[in-house]
Amino acid sequence: MSTLTRPRRSARPARPGLPRGLLAPAAFLVLLALAVAAPGLFTDADPLAADPLNALAPPSSDHWFGSDHLGRDMLARVVHGARHSISIGVAATALAVTSGVLLGLAAGLSPKWLDEALARSFDVLSTLPELLLALLVVAVIGPGTGNVILAIAVAQIPNYARVVRAQTFVVRRSGYVEQAVTFGRSRLAITAGHVLPNVLGPIPVLATIGLGQAVISSSGLSFLGMGPQPPAAEWGAMLSQARDYLRVAWWEAFFPGAAITLTVVCLTVVGRRLQRRFEGRTP
Amino acid sequence: MIKRLGTGLAVLWAAATAAYLALLLAPGDTVDVLIGDGPDTPEIRAKIIAEWGLDRPEIVQYLSYLWRLLHGDLGRSYQLQRGVGEILASQIGPTVQLTLAAATVGVVLAGVIAVVTAGRGPLSRAVASTAELVSVSVPPFLIGIVLLSVFSFTLGWFPVSGAEGPRALVLPALALGLPIAGVLGQVLRGGLERALEQPFAVTARSRGLTERALVVRHALRHALIPAVTLAGWFTGTLLGGAVITEILFGRPGLGQVTMQAVTGRDMPVVMAVVLLSAVVYVTISTLLDLAYRVIDPRIRG
Repeated sequence: MSTLTRPRRSARPARPGLPRGLLAPAAFLVLLALAVAAPGLFTDADPLAADPLNALAPPSSDHWFGSDHLGRDMLARVVHGARHSISIGVAATALAVTSGVLLGLAAGLSPKWLDEALARSFDVLSTLPELLLALLVVAVIGPGTGNVILAIAVAQIPNYARVVRAQTFVVRRSGYVEQAVTFGRSRLAITAGHVLPNVLGPIPVLATIGLGQAVISSSGLSFLGMGPQPPAAEWGAMLSQARDYLRVAWWEAFFPGAAITLTVVCLTVVGRRLQRRFEGRTP
Repeated sequence: MIKRLGTGLAVLWAAATAAYLALLLAPGDTVDVLIGDGPDTPEIRAKIIAEWGLDRPEIVQYLSYLWRLLHGDLGRSYQLQRGVGEILASQIGPTVQLTLAAATVGVVLAGVIAVVTAGRGPLSRAVASTAELVSVSVPPFLIGIVLLSVFSFTLGWFPVSGAEGPRALVLPALALGLPIAGVLGQVLRGGLERALEQPFAVTARSRGLTERALVVRHALRHALIPAVTLAGWFTGTLLGGAVITEILFGRPGLGQVTMQAVTGRDMPVVMAVVLLSAVVYVTISTLLDLAYRVIDPRIRG
C-alpha cells in the first residue's frame, strides 16, 4: 500500500453513533417506557411528599438519588418525571407528525400555486429558531402543559411536511399510481390507498429522532417556567429549581439532567441506526 | 444575486405576516392587555382604542403595521409603554457579545476537533462522534448548569451571574458554543476525510506536502462546503440558545426582554424579537451564499 493513496478503512464508512450495539439504548428505552407506564415498579416513594427535616440529603441507601430542597425523594421524582417529560415529547411529536404528513401530502398533491405557497410557509417556519417559535406560540396561547405540546409541535411540523411533500412528488409519478388512475379509481381512493402508505416510509425514523429533540425543547420550555407548574415532577422544571441549590446539592441537578441526556442519546442512537438500515430504500 | 435578495425579502415579509397573524390569534382583547391592572372605564377603553387605532378594519391595521415596519418602527411595548425599537436597542449589546463569543468558540473548537481527529483512525473518530452525539442530546441549558457547578461553585474561577467584565462572558459563551462545536466539528471532519481521499490529495502528497499542510491548505476548503449548509441550524441554535443561556446566567440582554414579554404577553416585543431573528437568519444565509462562491469557485461559472 502506498503512502499516497490512503486505504479506505472499511467498506462501509462508520457513521456517528457511539455504542456498537443497539442493546444498551434499546434496554434503556424499555426501562423508560416502564417508568412512564408504571412508575411504581421502580420506587414506592411519593414524588410530591415533602420532608423538610430531610432536605438536600446526599444520595444514600434510603434515597438513592438523594433528596431535593424540600426533602422529596429524587429517585421518585426522576422516575415519575419520565411520565411528564416523555408524554409531552410523545404528544408533541404525534401532533407534529400528523399535521406534517397531512400538510406535506396536501402540498404534494395540490396545484402548483398552492403547493408553492405551502412549501414557502414551511420554509418560513423553519427560518425561525425552534425555541423562539415555541415562545411565540406560548406568548399567544399562554403557558401550561397542553400549550407547550402545541408550541413544540408547531415548530416541528416543517421537518415532516417537507419530507412528505418530496416523497409525494416521487410517488405520484410512479407506475402503480398511474395504473390506478388508468383503472379509474377515485382520487380519494388513490390518495388513501396508494400515495399515503408509500410516503410514510421515512417517518418512523424521523419521528424517533424528532422525539428526542422534542424532549429537549420541552425541557427547555419547562426550564423557562412555561411548562408543567411546580410541584409537578418534570425534568426541565426540576433542573430549573435545582439551579438555586447547585452550590450545596449537585444531585438535585445531576439526576434529572442525566435522565434527559440519556433519553435523548438513546433515541438518537436508535433513530440513526434505523436510518442507516433503511437508507436508500424509497418506494 | 438579485434573486437571492428577493427571496430574502419575501421570507422577511412572510415572517412579519406570521407574527401579525399570531397577534390576531392571541385570545383575549388587546384593550384588556393594554389596560392591565389600571382603571377600566368605557372612556379609557375608547381612548386606548383611538390611540392604538384598534377600531380600523384588520386589513388596514395590517397594512399600516407593514408600513411602519418598513420605516423601522416596531411599535410600542404594551407593558413598558416605550418604543420596541428603543427597548431592543438598549438591550442588544450583551446579546451580540454573547452570540459572537459563542460563535467564535464554536467555530474555532470545531476546526480544532476536525483537524486533530480527521484521518487519525477509529479512536479519534469515536471521540469526535461521541462529542457530536452528546452535543445534539444535551439540552443547551444543561451544559451551562454543569459549567456553573464545576467552574463557579466548586472552583470559584468565574462569577455565577451578571455581565460584568470579560470573565463573566466565559462560561455563557462556552455553554452556548460547545454544542455548536460538537456538531460542526463532526461535519467538518467528515468533509475533511472525504477531501483527503480525492485525487488532488494524492497529487499534493506526491509533491511532498506534509499531512498537516495538506489538511490546512487544501482539504479544509473542501470541508467547509458541507458545513455552510448548516447555517440555518447554526443561527437558530445561537439565537434560541442565547435566550436560555441569558436566563440561566442572569445576564441582561434580549433573552431577558423576550422572557418578560412572553410572560407578560407583550406581543409587540415578542413579534419584534421573532422578526429580528428572521432578519439575522436571512442576513447570515445570504452572506454565507456569497461566501460559498468564494470557497468553491466551481459554482461561480
